Amino acid sequence: MKHKHRIGVFKFASCDGCQLSLLDLEDELVALAGAVDIAFFPEMSSNMRSGPYEIGLVEGSVTTHQDAARIHQIRKQCQNLVAIGACATAGGIQALRNWSDTQQWVNQVYAHPEYIQTLSMSTPISGHVPVDFELRGCPVNKYQLLELVSAALAGRKPNIPTYSVCVECKRRGNICIAVAEGVGCLGPATQAGCGALCPTYSRGCYGCFGPAESASSTILAELLIAQGHPSDEVVRAFRSYNACAWPFRQAAEGKGLT
Amino acid sequence: MSDATEPRKKSGTIKVDYMARVEGEASLLIKLKADRVQDVKLKIFEPPRLFEALLHGRHFTEVPDITSRICGICPVAYQMTAVHSIERALGITIDPMVRLLRRMLYAAEWIESHVLHIYMLHAPDFLGYRDFVELAKDYPKEATEALRLKKLGNRIMAILGGREIHPVSVTVGGFHKTPSKADLLPLVEELKAALDIALAKAKFLGGFEFPDFEQAYEFVALSHPSEYPLNEGRLVSNRGLNIDASQYEDRFVEQHVKHSHALHSIIRGRDSYQVGPLARFNLNYSKLPEVAQQAADICGLRVPCLNPFKSILARAVETVFALDEALRAIQAYEPPPAPKASYEVRAATGQAITEAPRGIQYNRYSFDDKGMILSARIVPPTSQNQKRIEDDLRAFVPSIIEQPMEELTRRCEQAVRNYDPCISCATHFLKVKMERE
Repeated sequence: MKHKHRIGVFKFASCDGCQLSLLDLEDELVALAGAVDIAFFPEMSSNMRSGPYEIGLVEGSVTTHQDAARIHQIRKQCQNLVAIGACATAGGIQALRNWSDTQQWVNQVYAHPEYIQTLSMSTPISGHVPVDFELRGCPVNKYQLLELVSAALAGRKPNIPTYSVCVECKRRGNICIAVAEGVGCLGPATQAGCGALCPTYSRGCYGCFGPAESASSTILAELLIAQGHPSDEVVRAFRSYNACAWPFRQAAEGKGLT
Repeated sequence: MSDATEPRKKSGTIKVDYMARVEGEASLLIKLKADRVQDVKLKIFEPPRLFEALLHGRHFTEVPDITSRICGICPVAYQMTAVHSIERALGITIDPMVRLLRRMLYAAEWIESHVLHIYMLHAPDFLGYRDFVELAKDYPKEATEALRLKKLGNRIMAILGGREIHPVSVTVGGFHKTPSKADLLPLVEELKAALDIALAKAKFLGGFEFPDFEQAYEFVALSHPSEYPLNEGRLVSNRGLNIDASQYEDRFVEQHVKHSHALHSIIRGRDSYQVGPLARFNLNYSKLPEVAQQAADICGLRVPCLNPFKSILARAVETVFALDEALRAIQAYEPPPAPKASYEVRAATGQAITEAPRGIQYNRYSFDDKGMILSARIVPPTSQNQKRIEDDLRAFVPSIIEQPMEELTRRCEQAVRNYDPCISCATHFLKVKMERE
């Protein structure tokens, strides 16, 4: 019998949405489960088998000492380790703590802060172990996730575009809301993958797929301010689901912005 | 899972270190001594993400997008509760068609979430499988049809909100963009076909074996004068509770217990309570459309139902309701004159409760005269059910104590899944662990 690639799906601090994308592949799920060996995916199955795995999909960011140790164990078991989603690739929305006093936040939320153990920073998987591929998005695009797994099975490079949301927006034939209506839009600096959803739904892109490879987030920040958007709004726009991704971080911390 | 031999009188620990088929990270620990349950702890070790704190200093218009990230399974529940809280704070009246679209969007999330839980997470327990893929091999027709229903829920969400997980169209006052009638019409035939499938599925699920187990619950759910509750209503219980959302914090208390990152909710001066499909069904049966009442008849679910294992049937009935509600909404829909209501920003505080797929969700937000958030309070359904889950296990374990340890553990996991616990929400992951002394 042909060897089937063993897949493990691992969760760190996250909303579960990226791994749920696998279960949302209603037309492909049964075929996928036949083509690979889903050896560890607790959200889907009680049948949990130990590694090694050919492909490890990691969702979520590292926010506890235990998780900081666990990711090293997982890395050792996975031939290819893929970080999926904004939490795993950029720390997620919970990384807003990185600019605050985390202990004070814990005190604010919990009656017994002493019961809570959490790190002062929320960090992406690549901050702890080498990562073979990062799939962006909050949440990821489920078809990109499928493409990633298919490419791994075929032993080829995944076809995941790195251009900006503007390219997808033009392809959809949208009128540019930033130019025509002056709406603050992060599309020019954000990686494609969502299908330019927000502009299609009459609002500015809020950057949930993180920074596009070749675009300058800092220049976009300056342009937005020049367009009349208050600087605190611009800082908040870059400081959201991908706040820790370096180009967005630079844009939010850039000259005259903070 | 058991790590010890079976003595005549059972002592020890039922232990599930990493509970599967739940959303998030939790473990279960049950200590037994001479056939008696000494302790039950549902431990939620999902790392805290501190949403209530990270919202400080964000603008209220950002809240629905941010809070949707608490949970990938029920993002619409967070978006709805947030916008209703803020709209109540500012006294914003939404267009009746916006209200209708929101019910359609919320119903679509119920369809997706309920079908996911019924077939992928819970049915394998009833039929003796480890997961949906195994189930699908023996029940290909049921599995295919379940996926078709789930896909339809997702499709409606994607039409209304761009995508099924963290949709992008909801905003304070309405939507960023509302669909045309023509966008929705193709769904009509599909919804009609789906209703037939969902009724047939109710018969299939009604044929499951249910443990003979009942508890005297206090059920808590929203109640609306004329509708099965989704976005609005007073909060009521079968023991006389009847309050507005603004009184929630006077009547409910959250306790922080050492073993869990989620807070335990109780009714002040009383005890644990149950929220979710079974609570809604028991308190709102008469508001269900005829076709959903028919589904209840088909699967044998009757009011009052005090057996938590039959929550899977309540989910099946509510799936029929949600399909019918989406259909009704599409037929009545005409695009509103404006996608959202206009409003003036001022300092205010507002609270709202809506019915997430797993039960009531409470939000409170205060913001300043610029609209910047000063304080936030979010009480998701799973933290409200958490103490009730522990109470159920305390009562349930003695009734199955004769079972071998492995079966005992399996049954306890099934009992936890009755509540479709979403631990990402409660803060994420279930382990069951039974300890022997």
